Amino acid sequence: MPAVVPSLVGTEDALLQQLADSMLKADCTSELKVHLARSLPLPCSVNRPRIDLIVFVVNLHSKLSLQSVEESLCHLDAAFFLGKVAFLATGAGRDSHCSIHRNTVVKLAHTYRSPLLFCDLEIEDFRAAMAQRLVRLLQICAGHVPGVSALNLLSLMRGSENPSLEDL
Amino acid sequence: MKVKSQREVAQSCLTPAAPWTAAHQAPPSMGFSSAKEMDETLAEFFRRTILKIPMTEMMTILKTWNFLSENQLQTVNFRQRKESIVQDLVLLCEENHASLNDAAHLDIIYTQFHRHQKIWDVFQMSKAPGDDIDLFDMEQFKSSFKKILQRALKNVTVSFRDAEENSVWIRIAWGTQYKKPNQYKPAYVVYYSQTPYAFTSSSRLKSNLPLLGQALTVASKHHQIVKMDLRSRYLDSLKAIVFKQYNQSFETHNCTTSLQEGSLGLDINMDSRIIHENKVEKERVQRVTQEIFGDYPQPRLEFAQYKLETKFKSDLNGGILAEREEPLRCLVKFSSPHLLEALKSLAPAGIADAPLSPLLTCIPNKGKNYFKIRDK
Repeated sequence: MPAVVPSLVGTEDALLQQLADSMLKADCTSELKVHLARSLPLPCSVNRPRIDLIVFVVNLHSKLSLQSVEESLCHLDAAFFLGKVAFLATGAGRDSHCSIHRNTVVKLAHTYRSPLLFCDLEIEDFRAAMAQRLVRLLQICAGHVPGVSALNLLSLMRGSENPSLEDL
Repeated sequence: MKVKSQREVAQSCLTPAAPWTAAHQAPPSMGFSSAKEMDETLAEFFRRTILKIPMTEMMTILKTWNFLSENQLQTVNFRQRKESIVQDLVLLCEENHASLNDAAHLDIIYTQFHRHQKIWDVFQMSKAPGDDIDLFDMEQFKSSFKKILQRALKNVTVSFRDAEENSVWIRIAWGTQYKKPNQYKPAYVVYYSQTPYAFTSSSRLKSNLPLLGQALTVASKHHQIVKMDLRSRYLDSLKAIVFKQYNQSFETHNCTTSLQEGSLGLDINMDSRIIHENKVEKERVQRVTQEIFGDYPQPRLEFAQYKLETKFKSDLNGGILAEREEPLRCLVKFSSPHLLEALKSLAPAGIADAPLSPLLTCIPNKGKNYFKIRDK
């Protein structure tokens, strides 16, 4: 089977690097190759394999990271938003350092009809758990899990979210 | 048999046998009344000064002080509680007829070991255009300095200790015409005699600052003294900035490079399963950062402060604030345990764009960490 390829997009290299390392350590039956990018569009010179999942990483401590993600979203093909995009917000644990309100990312995820995950990536155990979760998500999005597609998963996940999301 | 007066006894004990000179004009209550008994306030000052010293440094500092002999130190049981050790040491000081000056020297040595406990300001002196360049005479400087202070304030304790690179540490305990000097709030000056720079510890008794400046200027045969907009706890870093020595490798206290290594070391990641899309951009950021900050460890500062007095500028016409004639006043302060290293790691970490604002990167070059920004 071809490799599964997630792309982690965000301004903070150190966090992306750590998350990528954690994902590579997680259990994955398929071969894994992780792309790290600061923003979209990606430089087009490279011969790139198909990307199965895009995770936009926003650091709630940095307005720059949110801004960069918002600008990147405009460059993404609409087809990705059928279950192949996820948002990951980090830094919620340190409330006093947050310059972005939680609701801002909630609204962003809602606007793009994609799941939002919270995880403090600086904490190793949380990061490892999140990495494992992302790998599972990734395998489904790549079509490596029979009977479940990315779109199925998306509707399943939406059901389990806070029902008042529609009211935002 | 000639009977010496108390004053003569006191004076004769001040003959320097040790490599320091001293001048003191303290009122009698800080001297000693009989040959054996030390004055209570002086004993208390010794006790408090020695008590400050952490046990791990006690022997080193006492040996540097060189006032108590090896034999005497060996009689002290250093396994007791600290209070008892200090008591024994104070008794030894009494045996040796320790004076206020000896206590002042111990205080200087303690401060030299703990220089980060003070916040240091930087002063720059200049000569008048026509002045001759005299050869500097340390003894003359010291004597002139103390005379100026003594003439102005009857009660002041001035002590000196020579240090490396032709520098001298000066300790000043301030009094007034009517009050004896407060030994617990001294000011310190570190003067590098081959340069026009002096570093002073910010004393709470700010009213004496002009007098101190005057004494320094006149004693060192300069014409004018100006306070630089530079302040930090780290005396060695201030030195490096002011003497332009920071762009060679030099010792900093607690050089913190872990954050830097974490972010700049990213490229060394060997895992081929991780692909960095923006390699070109990352390399550009690294290059720009290195051009600006260099490869060497940065001097250590804790903050940079920017005072803005600028008029409000807005793209929107007819905004309320845009019509204001008066400038808006605003203060921005950046704090960090190691400000320059933190600034250096901002762009590689993806938290800021490279290159950083020149207002931040000019700090060591301009020798300033206090800025006033006005409209041109």
